[in-house]
Amino acid sequence: MHNLLYLLLRRMRLPLIAVILAYAISMIGLVLIPGVDDQGNPWQMSFFHAFYFVSFMGSTIGFGEIPYPFTDPQRIWTTVGMYMTVIAWLYAIGSLFSVLQDPAFKRIVAFTKFTREVKALREPFYLICGLGDAGHLVIRELAAHNIRSVIIDRDDSKIQLLRLEDLPLVVPGISADVTNTSTLVASGLQKPECQGVVALTGSDHINMTVAITSKLLAPGLPVICRAESHDSQDNIASFGTDYIINPFDSFAKRFAMMFQSPSMYLVYEWMTSIHESPLTDFAKPPKGTWVLCGYGRFGKAVQESLSFKGIRTAIIEADIAKTEAPEGTIEGRGTEAITLYEAGIEQAVGLIAGTDDDANNLSIVMTALKLNKDLFIVARQNLSTNDTLFAAADIDIIMQSGRLIGQRVVDMITTPLLADFLRMARDQNEEWANVLVSRVVGVLDKPPESWVMTISQEHTPAILELLNRGCPTMLGDLLTDPRDITASLPCVALYIKHANNIEVLLPENETPLQDGDQLLFCGEADAETHMHWSARNLHALNYICSGYDLPSGSLWRWLETRKQRRKGADPDMARDMQE
Amino acid sequence: MNLEKVFFAFFIVLALTLNFGFFLGDLDDPNHHNVYELYAALVVSLIATVMKFGDRAHIGAVLLATSLVADLQLIAAVVVWTLAVHASDAGLTPSTMASIVSLSAGALLANITSVVILVTETVMFRR
Repeated sequence: MHNLLYLLLRRMRLPLIAVILAYAISMIGLVLIPGVDDQGNPWQMSFFHAFYFVSFMGSTIGFGEIPYPFTDPQRIWTTVGMYMTVIAWLYAIGSLFSVLQDPAFKRIVAFTKFTREVKALREPFYLICGLGDAGHLVIRELAAHNIRSVIIDRDDSKIQLLRLEDLPLVVPGISADVTNTSTLVASGLQKPECQGVVALTGSDHINMTVAITSKLLAPGLPVICRAESHDSQDNIASFGTDYIINPFDSFAKRFAMMFQSPSMYLVYEWMTSIHESPLTDFAKPPKGTWVLCGYGRFGKAVQESLSFKGIRTAIIEADIAKTEAPEGTIEGRGTEAITLYEAGIEQAVGLIAGTDDDANNLSIVMTALKLNKDLFIVARQNLSTNDTLFAAADIDIIMQSGRLIGQRVVDMITTPLLADFLRMARDQNEEWANVLVSRVVGVLDKPPESWVMTISQEHTPAILELLNRGCPTMLGDLLTDPRDITASLPCVALYIKHANNIEVLLPENETPLQDGDQLLFCGEADAETHMHWSARNLHALNYICSGYDLPSGSLWRWLETRKQRRKGADPDMARDMQE
Repeated sequence: MNLEKVFFAFFIVLALTLNFGFFLGDLDDPNHHNVYELYAALVVSLIATVMKFGDRAHIGAVLLATSLVADLQLIAAVVVWTLAVHASDAGLTPSTMASIVSLSAGALLANITSVVILVTETVMFRR
């Protein structure tokens, strides 16, 4: 704020002096020049009248010649004074507007407003660097989960667009250089409310700078970082960055999983994507020879994963020397039929269009489909603005790095338990995945939502109350529909992490719940609401556990105990009778 | 030699000297106190204030503050004079003159402080 005021005053110094001088000169002239009053006697204007006259003359209000009509010498001087004061005013007002419109001044205004917004944040928030496709998705999803975020991006127009968007929370944003330490600090890096730093810019080097700055200035803070090359990935990992996301490797591993264990792939897909496609609608990629266009970072990662699963690829690459493509690579872009023929497109079962140019990728897909319409098509989409084009083309799997990274980050922040679950699931075999898939398909008809429940006084007071009374509560009780205890909620318990760090996949319904347990569920969004209802409401939970409604008012509770005492029976017996 | 510093010192010292010139004389005798001198003192004092705008150093802030005090005192003196001449029946009485001059004496003190600070700063830097 001080900065702003000083800047404004410094720039207004000369114009203000000009105004003061113009006033002073005009006034002294009017006071010195003799005039006549209405009786024709000599009269001299006082300073008060001169100030009054100059004030309305300079501001072009012009009440006329007050208090007596002027003599000619006075009029001559007034003519000079008029031009002097009006020009001085115009100069002063013009300078004021030019300062206010100055981009540098506006930047300082925006920065001041931003730091004030960040300072006022009293809730946990995440600091996000880079507002590309990934950053945008993260902000939107976090806001939908009621989690606050602060955004920095170099491009001012992106920040402006974000302000126009209808987000449920206010997201403070600033266009500034993220590699500048003071920017990160002003964005709340060292505030106790900051929960983590997410570096999602397009440049590995900038992401690394952000990660290292946060690790030095806020050592305990988790850092999530995007990295696209293996070199920078190793570098970023070397100083303890908590999560590194390489979109190409992630996609390649997931893609290779489709060949080996489709059910496992499906489990991963359900858990980690935000999509509305039907539950089991995924095309199984055929085994055989695949044509891979583009041997860049994406192409390399996919080729490596595929060859690991024993699938042969024919590579097409425009610049063999630069990409160090293996022997037998066909030179060309793949957009022409002749290179595709050369790569054996007619015998191939699938095609991967993986260049870093969307127009080329689409051209490759269209050309290839003309030559062999049974191809399984995988295409890399670089820009989110091309969504409609890629949706219109007949593509089986679209890989868009921004979306992939964004979803990963959102999962890490909103459901940290999911990473534990997926890590354990990776060690399971395909049969296990089949069982899980059939269980989920049994209760759901669209892709599941996942959520976490922690057994604690804060989150599940009803369960704790029952546990404290010595009534054991089972996992199955949570899965029961509180509206109809003969039915169960459309959801599946995926994973439980006990307070003593023992982890169990697909826990049984008879698992007893304890204080400190963390549970991961997947199912319909409605089921989450009902489950939270029974976990928080003692009467609902008691009804589920015992099939018996507790008396809730004091009078009825007193009557109940009297009744029990008269019968000489304890409440447990009453419950047994009910059952 | 820095032209900005010359102007700066010029206006600060001029504000002091004009102020002192107006103040000199019997406290309640209107003949000893010239209205033109008061006018000049106020204009120069205003210009000196504006010249101190935007200086972020601590000493600059103190100079701005003393200058604002001088402005305030002089404006008060001018207002009292204007009211006496144009808005009261008694006119410029000796008691009114005394209050005008004592107000300008306050401004004089503020202006002296300004000059002392200016000289101190100059001596400290020896440039």
